[in-house]
Amino acid sequence: MSPREPATPDTGAGSGRNAGGGPGAGSGRGVGGAGGAARDPGLQPERTRLAWRRTTLTCAITAVLAVRGAVHGPGTATDVAGTAFIVLLWLAFLGLAHVRIRALAAARPAPLAPRAALGATVCVLALAGFAVAVIL
Amino acid sequence: MTDFGKDVRLWFAPQRVREEGETPDYRFSLANERTFLAWIRTALALVGGGFAVDQFLPDLRWGVRVGMALALLAVGAACALRAVNHWVRCERAMRRGEDLPLSRFPVVLSLGVGLVAVAMMVIVLMGWTNGR
Repeated sequence: MSPREPATPDTGAGSGRNAGGGPGAGSGRGVGGAGGAARDPGLQPERTRLAWRRTTLTCAITAVLAVRGAVHGPGTATDVAGTAFIVLLWLAFLGLAHVRIRALAAARPAPLAPRAALGATVCVLALAGFAVAVIL
Repeated sequence: MTDFGKDVRLWFAPQRVREEGETPDYRFSLANERTFLAWIRTALALVGGGFAVDQFLPDLRWGVRVGMALALLAVGAACALRAVNHWVRCERAMRRGEDLPLSRFPVVLSLGVGLVAVAMMVIVLMGWTNGR
């Protein structure tokens, strides 16, 4: 799979020179403005990608619990609607994580878009709202 | 409260975060993102806990069970909102070169979770269940 490859030192150095030389803004305050461009010892994009994976997994577990709570016996219309809602919710989160993980493959990933952060939050809030509806 | 309003507007206006200050080292942004995700996981776990209380403790009285579940769900929702809010504030502070924002939320969350745990223990030890 190619997403992992751009993080190797060679490619990183090429685009790193671009980013470091262009704006020169981050180099003043950043840890590795120009010198650290060739190598990222902390493997930050990798760790962030795994964090998204973990979060998607947590979301899946919560979604399973939600479906378990919503379905009682033979499938009534409400059960099916509830299950469909949760599955769509989980797919939305999965899509969000997927888009972000793709973006993290860049040598210098852009910061997370606020819209994505908001989307993840809305997913959690929707799950909580669904839980309230199921419990009451 | 006005500060909070300003933060909320920032959630919906991504370009306004970018307008301020300078772009920090991408590693700082990614660390901030991971912190955000850790909070989201915490929120998801709390919501999952709400589901679990409802589903796996059928012996509890209805009021206790529902109250406990709703408390966990409310804390989970608060956690999710706080996650995105704190993320935006940290991102902005980094762009402006300011100190990262302090927060009382972790203390409140710890106390809340501790309280629920103690309440749970008391309920079980005192046998305040339907006792089948």
